[in-house]
Amino acid sequence: MDFISIKNNSALPLASVPELDYHTFFEVNTSLMRGDPGRHCATLHGIPEKERVRLLCAIADDATGEIHLSTSVVSRDQVLRSMAGEVPACERFEREIHENFGISYTGHPWLKPVRYPFDRADRSQEIASYPFYSMESDELHEVGVGPIHAGVIEPGHFRFICNGEQILHLEIQLGFQHRGVEALFLRQQGVLQQVMLAEGIAGDTVAGHTTAHSMVREALAGVDAGEGAAFSRTMALELERMAIHTGDMAALCTDVAYQLGSAVFGRLRTPLVNFFQEWGGNRLGKGLIRPGRNQFPFTPQLGTRLSAILDAYERDFEEMSAMLFNLPSALSRFERTGVVSREDLLSIGAVGMAARMGGLTRDIRSSHPSLWYPSLAHQPVVKHHGDVYSRVQIRRDEIRQSMHHVRQLLEQIPDTVESRILPEIMAPGRLALSLVEGWRGEICHCALTGPHGELRHYKVKDPSFHNWMALALAVRNNEISDFPICNKSFNLSYCGHDL
Amino acid sequence: MIFDNLKILFHQGKQYIPDVTTVEVPGIFRGRPVISREPVDGEQLAALCPTGALTASPVTIDLGKCTFCGECAHRFPEKVRFTKDYHLSTNVRERLVIREGEDRPVEVDPTQVRREVHRLLGRSLKLRQVSAAGDNSAEWELNAANNVQFDMSRFGIEFVASPRHADGVVITGPISENMAEPLQICYEAVPEPKIVVLAGTDAISGGIYAGSPALNRNFTERYAPDLYIAGNPPHPLTVINGLLDLTRKKG
Repeated sequence: MDFISIKNNSALPLASVPELDYHTFFEVNTSLMRGDPGRHCATLHGIPEKERVRLLCAIADDATGEIHLSTSVVSRDQVLRSMAGEVPACERFEREIHENFGISYTGHPWLKPVRYPFDRADRSQEIASYPFYSMESDELHEVGVGPIHAGVIEPGHFRFICNGEQILHLEIQLGFQHRGVEALFLRQQGVLQQVMLAEGIAGDTVAGHTTAHSMVREALAGVDAGEGAAFSRTMALELERMAIHTGDMAALCTDVAYQLGSAVFGRLRTPLVNFFQEWGGNRLGKGLIRPGRNQFPFTPQLGTRLSAILDAYERDFEEMSAMLFNLPSALSRFERTGVVSREDLLSIGAVGMAARMGGLTRDIRSSHPSLWYPSLAHQPVVKHHGDVYSRVQIRRDEIRQSMHHVRQLLEQIPDTVESRILPEIMAPGRLALSLVEGWRGEICHCALTGPHGELRHYKVKDPSFHNWMALALAVRNNEISDFPICNKSFNLSYCGHDL
Repeated sequence: MIFDNLKILFHQGKQYIPDVTTVEVPGIFRGRPVISREPVDGEQLAALCPTGALTASPVTIDLGKCTFCGECAHRFPEKVRFTKDYHLSTNVRERLVIREGEDRPVEVDPTQVRREVHRLLGRSLKLRQVSAAGDNSAEWELNAANNVQFDMSRFGIEFVASPRHADGVVITGPISENMAEPLQICYEAVPEPKIVVLAGTDAISGGIYAGSPALNRNFTERYAPDLYIAGNPPHPLTVINGLLDLTRKKG
């Protein structure tokens, strides 16, 4: 076999993953991805092995629920044929491999730096001298924004090339948020330390990243955390989606100067995040999810409380939504603004909500389900226009859907108090991979144990890694004044990308 | 249309928190911890802490390093208890250290506040926020501090877009090497007199990222912070009370 197929959240010996020569590796993986839009690259990255680098490619197959793994060992001075030449979605993965290890590619559009990590292969590359795309013309001008933005948000630099008010091209430079998270996973081997690192990958996606991390850690340790933990994680994931989507709807109203919507959606987020605090002591869900454990079992009392919160929320949410979706002044800003076509989404490998708003059905909850999702029979919400309006609609619909899921869960609260102690030392030489549908989309955590059962390699992929390109494409030919709503309609993560 | 608007307004009821200094927060909020005199194996307790915020003998917790994960209280409930006290801001770094057998609030020491802070910033405080590798949780809570419930702007405290309009910077995140220069440029653009506020565990000590080679924390050594706001992330009430205490509490 040219690849081995595993199920989501499972571990296997690294030795059982087929090791191919690069030519075969290239052919196998590109042909897998070319054939079917349901097969997409979940991760493609390098694992250092002394002087050489082991490339690992994981193709998620949405139809079968499998993940196809293959590896290839290459040397750092080798020049490889770029997969991005065939499958553009691999573009950023290859840039990352180039930046981390110095491996070069032929046929790659432009091997630009991704995030200027502290351990980059070429230390002479400086974040202050990023090679922006530019156009020489008397007609055009450039607008630079950031890294520090006008609001209270994370840093990143946007460079627009404009013709008058119209955006011809946007390039997004990231890396300012780089904290060296992946390296810290190896320096800090404690179970608690590692899950805290996972909590901080993107502090607005705590449930998503801690669930993925816990599943990887448990797969490597061969421990099942039990149905109570699975229930809590599913509940946390859906509540997180509701809370953030609600906040995003407030922000979108702010960006079209609709004060009432901004205030009402903004305050509606509060009871949801406060429920996280009632449940686990922190408004963002930090401390709630732990590998091997159900730290804060979901009690029937919490269920009664949540049920009341949702009833009150739903009334006000529906009233406000009905108003917003019938408001011509808001709709005229949303409709046909920031359009991304399905073809473009497919070619850049968009995932999650950003893919579903443009007709691409990608949702780990239905394609690679785990936790309580199989019993919820989740059906992805899909919109087709790819504009800001679709992204507002999908939030409203996903809030309704998550509320429905949560209410279903509330009828099945498990009566278990099991708790397992997770061993710090795991089986040696094993690889584990977890895909979790966070509110932004597909989160991928991939870990490898060393000869002594310690973590030897940890790789994180936030959905934003794919989706930043969707924003850059969305704003083309739009007025620069529409950039804020385009940006907010995606609400991508800087720290999740920069790691 | 106008009646629908009024109906929505009416349905919201009263949302703002009348007294942000005394309101009780819901649930099991992990705020200021209290350490009892109960004898325990201090070494075992300290070894639990993911960031080394706990010392063994005597048992202390440094809230500047604490990530409020609650593991110590979970395993040693008779020794450590997290209260719902959200007053966790101070201008004196040592005050963030909670000691065994003590149950006293974390406070701003008004005698150590620069005079111009009271004189010039006591009624109106404009701040430039800089996220320097923050994980977007502290940023999130700073934004929440200005929603209709917490409504920080009623006190004349606001976040502004330009450092030229600001009276200081609020830093979140452990400060990455890649953000060190932009932060410095932003700070220099703020006119004097100006304050430096570190919001959240990551900003105060580096938190779980402390010691990472991807950080550059020289800024915190170069400029003495005027306020430390503890929390992971800090609760909006911690933020508001901290800023009010700093600028309005007279010695």
